[in-house]
Amino acid sequence: MHLILFLLFAGLCLAGAINLLLQSHPINSALSLIVVMTSLAVLYLMLGAEFLAAAQVIVYAGAIMVLFTFVIMLLNASREERTLGSKAARRVGFPAVTAILAVIATVILKAQGLGAAKLSDGLTDAKGATNLEVLSTVLFTKLLLPFEVTSVLILIAILGAVALASHDGSKTERTGEQ
Amino acid sequence: MNLFAHEVPLSWYLILSAILFSLGVVGFLIKRNLITVFMSIELMLNGVNLSFVTFAQQWHEVKGQIFVFFVMMVAAAEAAVGLAIIIAVFRARATLAVDRIDLMKL
Repeated sequence: MHLILFLLFAGLCLAGAINLLLQSHPINSALSLIVVMTSLAVLYLMLGAEFLAAAQVIVYAGAIMVLFTFVIMLLNASREERTLGSKAARRVGFPAVTAILAVIATVILKAQGLGAAKLSDGLTDAKGATNLEVLSTVLFTKLLLPFEVTSVLILIAILGAVALASHDGSKTERTGEQ
Repeated sequence: MNLFAHEVPLSWYLILSAILFSLGVVGFLIKRNLITVFMSIELMLNGVNLSFVTFAQQWHEVKGQIFVFFVMMVAAAEAAVGLAIIIAVFRARATLAVDRIDLMKL
């Protein structure tokens, strides 16, 4: 059962990623990226990361991709022009990417002691403790400070995005001073 | 191959994450639209996240999942700022084609 689910969603994931590269209109690429992210959420679920699966759907497939589609709509992005692109990217880039992928794949396949994932596997051996409990205990005790600092980071990102995207030049300066 | 097997080798997940990352790099190299290039970067981030979750499962450690959580937070902030920069670039140059945004080219 696990194998069928894995093959199905890994296939969807790869198909979405390849479709992202083949489509020439940005909105089609964005929609195939949503497919990739949603099938990744299912894979997280199978790896015992329930919270991350939910966060993946909410944050990535929800918030970030809505932002992407919104910008594509706002800028009225059209079909990309078929140019040759940079020659260096084609001559050096593809062989380099293939070589790196081959090296990584060899290392992974040769690695000793990699286990197998079962659907019932949890992160903890203790009875009655769920993965979410383990994760939240660590997140809200040991890592409380980094967790709170991320909220500041996101606040700064919001301010920066507003300052960058605000229309008026003088308004931008005023936002920057605050 | 037994299709109803109850477990999948973790190396398959890692290979999938490596392929996703490589596809992201290829997209970054061949796409000519600023927004699609940015989407390829998100694809790379997702590939790396998958390998983090896989290793969390391998070592029964929750730290890998927490790392992915923080990566997601930073990716959300990065997407907001990056898309704002894309809007600013579009306003200044009236194009999204990366070939035409070449002020810093020698």
